[in-house]
Amino acid sequence: MDARMPETLDLSSFVRHGANGTAHMELAVEGVGCAGCIRKIESGLRQLPGVVDARLNFTNRRLAVDWHDQKLAAGEVIEALAHLGYRAQPFALERAEADEARYARQLLICLAVAGFAAMNIMLLSVSVWSGNVTDMTQETRDFFHWLSALIALPAAAYAGQPFFKNAWRAVRVRQLNMDVPISLAVLLALSMSLVETVNHAEHAYFDSAVMLLFFLLCGRYLDHAMRRKTRAFAGNLAALKGETAHRLNASGELVAVPVGALKPDDRILVRPGERVPADGIVMGGTSEIDSSLVTGETAREPIAAGTTIYAGSMNYSGTLTVRVTSAGAGTLIAEVERLLEKAVAVKSRYLRLADRAARLYAPLVHTAAALTAIGWLIAGASVHDAIVTAISVLIITCPCALALAIPAVQVVTSGAMFRANLILNSGDAIERLAEADTIVFDKTGTLTLPEPRVDNAAELDPDMLELAARLALTSHHPLAAAVGREARERLPIEGAIEEPGKGVRAIVDGQEARLGSPDFCAISAALRPSGDEPGTSIIAFSYAGRSILLAVRQKLRSDATAVVRALAARGFEIHILSGDRPAAVAPIATALGITAWRAGLKPADKIAAIEALKAADRSVLMVGDGLNDAPALASANVSLSPISAVDITQTHADAVFLGERLAPVLEAVTIARGGYQLMLQNLWLAAIYNAIAVPIAIAGLVTPLVAAIAMSGSSLIVTLNALRARGKSRTKPVVALEPKVVSI
Amino acid sequence: MTVLVYLVPMALMLGLIGLAAFVWSLKSGQYDDVEGSAIRVLSDDDIEQPDRDEEPVR
Repeated sequence: MDARMPETLDLSSFVRHGANGTAHMELAVEGVGCAGCIRKIESGLRQLPGVVDARLNFTNRRLAVDWHDQKLAAGEVIEALAHLGYRAQPFALERAEADEARYARQLLICLAVAGFAAMNIMLLSVSVWSGNVTDMTQETRDFFHWLSALIALPAAAYAGQPFFKNAWRAVRVRQLNMDVPISLAVLLALSMSLVETVNHAEHAYFDSAVMLLFFLLCGRYLDHAMRRKTRAFAGNLAALKGETAHRLNASGELVAVPVGALKPDDRILVRPGERVPADGIVMGGTSEIDSSLVTGETAREPIAAGTTIYAGSMNYSGTLTVRVTSAGAGTLIAEVERLLEKAVAVKSRYLRLADRAARLYAPLVHTAAALTAIGWLIAGASVHDAIVTAISVLIITCPCALALAIPAVQVVTSGAMFRANLILNSGDAIERLAEADTIVFDKTGTLTLPEPRVDNAAELDPDMLELAARLALTSHHPLAAAVGREARERLPIEGAIEEPGKGVRAIVDGQEARLGSPDFCAISAALRPSGDEPGTSIIAFSYAGRSILLAVRQKLRSDATAVVRALAARGFEIHILSGDRPAAVAPIATALGITAWRAGLKPADKIAAIEALKAADRSVLMVGDGLNDAPALASANVSLSPISAVDITQTHADAVFLGERLAPVLEAVTIARGGYQLMLQNLWLAAIYNAIAVPIAIAGLVTPLVAAIAMSGSSLIVTLNALRARGKSRTKPVVALEPKVVSI
Repeated sequence: MTVLVYLVPMALMLGLIGLAAFVWSLKSGQYDDVEGSAIRVLSDDDIEQPDRDEEPVR
């Protein structure tokens, strides 16, 4: 089985060819941690023949390499990096990420323009304010106002684009979002100031309008930068998984290719102990596969030619030839995608907290402004004065604080989650996480570890176990891999001989050691376990006349019991919805003390169960990893999935957690609840600010100076309050956590 | 106060030059790797010493 022929990795799908025979490739690099790494990697690569340039981006841990095509193969670059001590994987920049990078750059330019304009207009405005109370002539004031207009109008037209576009999009579908009142306030302030300038008036509000844009752009840029950072990190994780497939070329030659380069109708070879890299139909070979990552079913099933298999299944016993297919009708993938489409459509109806606030706020402010104008007219003021007062109401209530209230908290909270090994996919997931009161777990791969483990390791003789584990390291069988994980020293025993389908044997210190089926190790019937427990494989090990039996099965995550208990103590209602057999789910549910569990569910059944919970007015957090969980994740109010989950499931989860522990689930709800509290506090702060400012504006007492002070003051308070989410995340949750190690 | 008529626009022009410089630096990718730039400034890669590879960077 171990006769693996040497093969070269075909990286052509990641290499871009330049004009004069140069090639370019981007790589995600693991293990870059210090200043020396930059120099070591770059100068190390430049010593390779043909390398033109190598540049490491330390911020997102990515490396760009250019070389002459004839002199060097792409694989040699990766080998050279491995020689330098860094694991690297080629990386194809996703379009979404490239678009976001361009948008971030655009936002930063807008921010710079708004900042430049705000500072220069403020310089002129302060002169006017002090001139108004001293001896400034009208000509000088007009000159300064015209200069302000000259700066403010083009600057606002450029820097306001992100808001204007969003507002226009919302208005077109007859909706209100926070950008509508923002755009209205900016446009009205600018046009009123222009009219006032033409009429040689004392006050103009150019500074308020541009300053408003500057503050809001700050918030928006920070929000965007945080999301880009987590996305880049997630992209590196995906690339560093480095999944390869063995493709059979037309000539029958075997080539290793990255999974991303597979196309439909490619023929691939799946060896024992490998995960199936893509969906397909078995063309030849027989084997047993474990599709627990796909359906949650832990028992292995036999497969032969003609069967459809899914990406993520583990191949156990035989080598398979598979033809890659795109999703066909009637397959599990097709059903999952159909259900997903429906669930996603339903979910988009969720109204974000910010939009809910905007819906409440915008009509209120606009009515107040209209009433102010009417009130002043009735009181006998001129039309001009009435309109100026009404517009100053709009400016002072400008949703500066309100529009910063939620994004500021989102930025800080998603940063706190990042440090807790949680990668957020969407910003509004925080509020939905905070509202959740029911948690639905999938069993396989979520409550349990994705790979099987030796369950009775603690009861066995440690020396025998160590020897068994070191012998297991020589084999590629998935069950042997589970035993091999127990090895303290990762030293495979030399000279081991594998007998396919039976086990491995080796001579250690003159005595024979055997690891494999109980028959292979000649274990007498009396010693064998009586009943055949489903989902458990018994592996025997014999050495020097002694023998042990190892029970390999799906094991609970190390902290699952503590986390589930802590969640229950917080008042969460906890359910298990599993696709596995009842006999496999019952012991897990008992061990965790969960009474509400159901087993043997199809994807549609899971959705039905979640819909039933939602109908009973529960807000559901779904935690799952299988392909069969993807629709359920999308239909739940909010969802989490472990990093080991299949791709389609990860993309539909609101957040992905790293590592082998379940603790991030608890941290997610803890941090989200803290963040939500701060969001509400901020909304209240903004409301209080308005309650004080609006009467002043209605009374007609708002000068540009008052508006400037009120606006920057309220924005600062809200932002400072949001920063408290940083401090909060450091308080330890109920479950004590070990130092966090990101395992990939 | 007529001096203001050309002094203030001159000040604005200076500000605009600063803004243009920022936009240029952004477009030429100088903000793509802010953490890396902070570290690169400490390394002596402009001094040609081919045998220094094994020596750690201080």
